[in-house]
Amino acid sequence: MDASIFANLWLGLQTAGSFINLFYCLIGVFLGTAIGVLPGLGPVATIAMLLPITFGLPPVTSLIMLAGIFYGAQYGGSTTAILINLPGESSSIVTALDGHEMAKQGRAGKALATAAWASFFAGTVTTILIALFSPPLAEVALKFGPAEYFSLMVLGLVASVVLAHGSLMHALGMIVFGLLLGIVGTDVNSGVARYSFDLPELIDGINFVVVAMGVFGLGEIICNLETETERSLMVKKVSGLMLDRNDFKAIAAPVLRGTFLGSILGILPGGGAMLSSFAAYAFEKKVSKNAANFGKGAIEGVAAPEAANNAGAQASFIPMLTLGIPSNPVMALMIGAMIIQGIQPGPSVMVEQPALFWGLVASMWIGNVMLVILNLPLIGLWVKMVSVPYHLLFPAILVFCCIGVFSLSNASFDIYFMAIFGLAGYVFRKLECEPAPMLLGFILGPMMEEFLRRALLLSKGSAMVFVTRPISATMLVMAALVMVSVMLPALRKKREEVFVEDE
Amino acid sequence: MSSLIKSPKDFWTGVLYFGFGAIAFWIARDYAFGTASRMGAGYFPTVLSGLLMFFGVLALLRGVTQRGAPFGAFAWKPALIITASTLAFGLLLTRAGLIVSLIVLIFGSASASAKFRFEWRATLLALGLIAFCVLVFIKGLGLPMPLFGSWFGE
Repeated sequence: MDASIFANLWLGLQTAGSFINLFYCLIGVFLGTAIGVLPGLGPVATIAMLLPITFGLPPVTSLIMLAGIFYGAQYGGSTTAILINLPGESSSIVTALDGHEMAKQGRAGKALATAAWASFFAGTVTTILIALFSPPLAEVALKFGPAEYFSLMVLGLVASVVLAHGSLMHALGMIVFGLLLGIVGTDVNSGVARYSFDLPELIDGINFVVVAMGVFGLGEIICNLETETERSLMVKKVSGLMLDRNDFKAIAAPVLRGTFLGSILGILPGGGAMLSSFAAYAFEKKVSKNAANFGKGAIEGVAAPEAANNAGAQASFIPMLTLGIPSNPVMALMIGAMIIQGIQPGPSVMVEQPALFWGLVASMWIGNVMLVILNLPLIGLWVKMVSVPYHLLFPAILVFCCIGVFSLSNASFDIYFMAIFGLAGYVFRKLECEPAPMLLGFILGPMMEEFLRRALLLSKGSAMVFVTRPISATMLVMAALVMVSVMLPALRKKREEVFVEDE
Repeated sequence: MSSLIKSPKDFWTGVLYFGFGAIAFWIARDYAFGTASRMGAGYFPTVLSGLLMFFGVLALLRGVTQRGAPFGAFAWKPALIITASTLAFGLLLTRAGLIVSLIVLIFGSASASAKFRFEWRATLLALGLIAFCVLVFIKGLGLPMPLFGSWFGE
């Protein structure tokens, strides 16, 4: 077992270490950071924007590049949070609390270096965890029948709701809405074109990039324009990137705790970077000796959530790679990219395409190394990019969204659809309907239908199959528990408290 | 009417969910439903649209019973400008070509910002962006976008 893991990792390193893969990993990390650093652009929008670039690449290379973009965007978001207190994504919100305070005190360099090292450490640990836990999990998953998969998807979707802002009902509705959107197009089984309104462009369904770019790209632009505020860049020049011994001493334990929490919460369906960073910050505030300084520029308050959010982000690859279930919108995009590359996500990926699987795992670590090497020297460039005023920036974002979407199938039709989804995304946000669950539903829609169909075919139409098979029943019970727990008043209050912090 | 709606966000979400659900349900009637053991093309969509209508009704009920936060200001201007300039880009791309449609998209969308004004720096940036797009996407990546479209006889 142990030996095979080393053999696998070696295979992965060989794959990821090839010149072309290293090159695209570097490009991915660079572009991801560059775009992620831009204020008002979160990882989902960044990845959606850059996705079309990767479609022409071979599968391994494209996934490696996408993963690179993801880490880059994640790190870029933290940089923005620290420098201008404008987190581009929810998982950087907590980083901004202490990180921006540090920047105000002239310690921006230290905050950025802490974020880099904490992320690097967490990334390294999580890479090892993925290597250790994925094979046994995939082995279990290989025994899953359609009923288990269906229930697993129900659990994944329900769990994703826990993290959505606002009302549970709104989020559940968004999931169903996403599922419905997902089945637009030709039904694989009967060949009937569903909800295509006789438009030939809809026969193949709606491209997920169009949805993601519309809702997360355009929708966010409109949202940002609604509250156009002057952003103050505290720091014109960042110096003092070196951490001394005392700093390392201060952050060692918080980083360890953050990594631990992040990797556990990241594996859970619905978990990921955001939950991890919130939990790590709250936990650290309780146990730290320096708790009094939290919120006033405590280095521990940067280290713990940064480690946790990177660990969480990376650990969410585990369910994605082994089960084919996305636990957050970023993973949903990764799954969409895999499907476009002709890879059916699920446990068989590891067996059938070991080079792809282990190459991706190894590239995670390489990507983290690149982040540290790239970001600390390039910080001057990032500072310049952060200070681009938004009113000059968003037309450019729009341009890249439009051209990117056009390039999908060289059709203006996709641009029209993106515009509609952009407007819809804004309306949904105004109604407090989170778009993230919709994207998960959208990706899972066709798969869920297929698994439901097969499960019911095997059971001769009896829905009891979902509760008589133990694994499937367990997952449905868990989904029900999650749902009940969200509705319980005590927990609901707590959940609101967590989200209040980001206002 | 407005005294009936106690929580506008819930109410309108309900309207939206129920509306979409009903339309999807209506359309799905044309697809073969099949049986549980042999699901037709209409089975899953019908179940889903039923669920969506159900959530819609719940939201509607909450909208008229529980007091909730007001809707808040809707940024009509940016929303419409961004949507319209994106649509215009799509419409113009093959007809007028990349350069014209980019000009429309960039200056059109930029006018959505309260800080928008014509100045040489921003104009220069826009021209730089257009040059970049032409060089990278048409010359470099060879995307099939015309520089000047059918209106210019290409």
